[in-house]
Amino acid sequence: MVYFDNAATTRVKEEVLEAMLPVFTDNFGNASSTYTTPGQRARKALSDARRTVAAALNAEEREIFFTGGGSESDNWAIKGYALKNKSKGNHIITTAVEHHAVLHTCEFLEKHGFEVTYLPVDEEGAVSAEQVRAAIRPDTLLVSVMFANNEIGTINPIAEIGAVCREKGVAFHTDAVQAVGAVPIDVKAMNIDMLSASGHKFHGPKGIGVLYIKKGLRLDNLIHGGAQENGRRAGTENIPGAVGLAKALSIAVETMEEKTAKLTAMRDKIIDTILAEVPYVRLNGPRENRLPNNVSICFRYIEGESLLLSLDMKGFVVSSGSACTSGSLDPSHVLLAIGLPHEIAHGSMRVSLSGENTMEEVDAFLAELPPIVRRLREMSPLFEGVEK
Amino acid sequence: MYSEKVMEHFANPRNVGEIEDANAVGTVGNAKCGDIMKMYMKIEDGVIKDVKFKTFGCGAAIATSSMATELVKGKTIEEALELTNKAVIEALDGLPPAKIHCSVLAEDAIKAAIVDYYKRQGLEPPAGLCSGDCDACAHGHDHVME
Repeated sequence: MVYFDNAATTRVKEEVLEAMLPVFTDNFGNASSTYTTPGQRARKALSDARRTVAAALNAEEREIFFTGGGSESDNWAIKGYALKNKSKGNHIITTAVEHHAVLHTCEFLEKHGFEVTYLPVDEEGAVSAEQVRAAIRPDTLLVSVMFANNEIGTINPIAEIGAVCREKGVAFHTDAVQAVGAVPIDVKAMNIDMLSASGHKFHGPKGIGVLYIKKGLRLDNLIHGGAQENGRRAGTENIPGAVGLAKALSIAVETMEEKTAKLTAMRDKIIDTILAEVPYVRLNGPRENRLPNNVSICFRYIEGESLLLSLDMKGFVVSSGSACTSGSLDPSHVLLAIGLPHEIAHGSMRVSLSGENTMEEVDAFLAELPPIVRRLREMSPLFEGVEK
Repeated sequence: MYSEKVMEHFANPRNVGEIEDANAVGTVGNAKCGDIMKMYMKIEDGVIKDVKFKTFGCGAAIATSSMATELVKGKTIEEALELTNKAVIEALDGLPPAKIHCSVLAEDAIKAAIVDYYKRQGLEPPAGLCSGDCDACAHGHDHVME
């Protein structure tokens, strides 16, 4: 099987698993316990992990909080900040193409009296700092803009948006779940106040995430209970998860340069070959300012799920933003937001690579894809007459 | 998520294509919703001598089209009009709940082609038959939804 769905989740690296295993069996203590050996070792493992994550983001150790994953981080950042700071205003700015962990959280807050502006994106899926500036009102308390889009790979001008938010005195959160470990991130230089990350997107384990909270920023807690995570996120710490996330992140950051070169070469070969060899296709998202591992293409006259199933039968795992894969009647909100009509959005395919993929796999994929597209088009009533 | 039978009909769909001298053609669904089925039939002496389909849609849409053509091929018009989406689902060893509408579409496509046949013959189609031009993603007809 060739796995091209790394934006959905990734394989845990052997080194990551090896780093985690002793924490399950030998250093299994509760970090909150006062007795010495097991508890101390657990505390040390947790604080080492926190320091590693902080270093990767140019943050401080006390600004890193472990959570149950990217969705929890998004929920905590947005609900926690909005509820704690509602005396400053009740207006939140986000974008139309956020992950549902952000969109549905904002919709929840709308039901509780907050007002949310969903910024439209350009045809490549990006928002500009000027759009954010124009949308900021006196009662705006929070801006949440994703670092990079999970479906079409668009990287937003985060440093510029951060600068606008800083200038206007508005808190800035970014859902960086697809970007952490993939592109350089410096929370200080980029003026990021809160940042969400998820371990399983960069070869770490599932069920562990990070929320960076700039020191001094006040948030309500989301998970109430014990005094873990400096009293801000209750629940016995998932230390194996934290250790695994930190190990995976340190590998991702150390190898970023060579990995980016490799991924970009594979990504561009897929894009260039499909655009050259398959008619009636469009690339979604930009050529530049694009995640190095993301390919998103719409094939006209065919539907994404049947393409995905056909590729699966040949041993290639990809994903699609078609309605049939989303479980609703509508195709992906991201594809609609960049202006695609429904019938074209239904024919989308996302390939998301990892450093573990090879050019041989890419070549094998590119050999199988065009005949599959041709076969499905020959079966499609929409294609009738197109080539006559 | 799909049964082996669905995957088999998706991988090797029966009766794909067009019939040049078809005397019954029906199209249902719309591209906005992500599925369109077009049925071609050659009807002689009240019997469906040949049937072919073209489908834009998901795996279930293709498999239900394929199965529906198999179930009506060689049958009389009256027999074909008794085809239900439930029979298509059963013949495919089941469909996931989110894909039931594909079987409804397949039933409708067969009926739309037969309505077209009646019209071409200058006959009044039997009452209550869907001609396929209802422009809704989720059909409101009285079909078995289970």
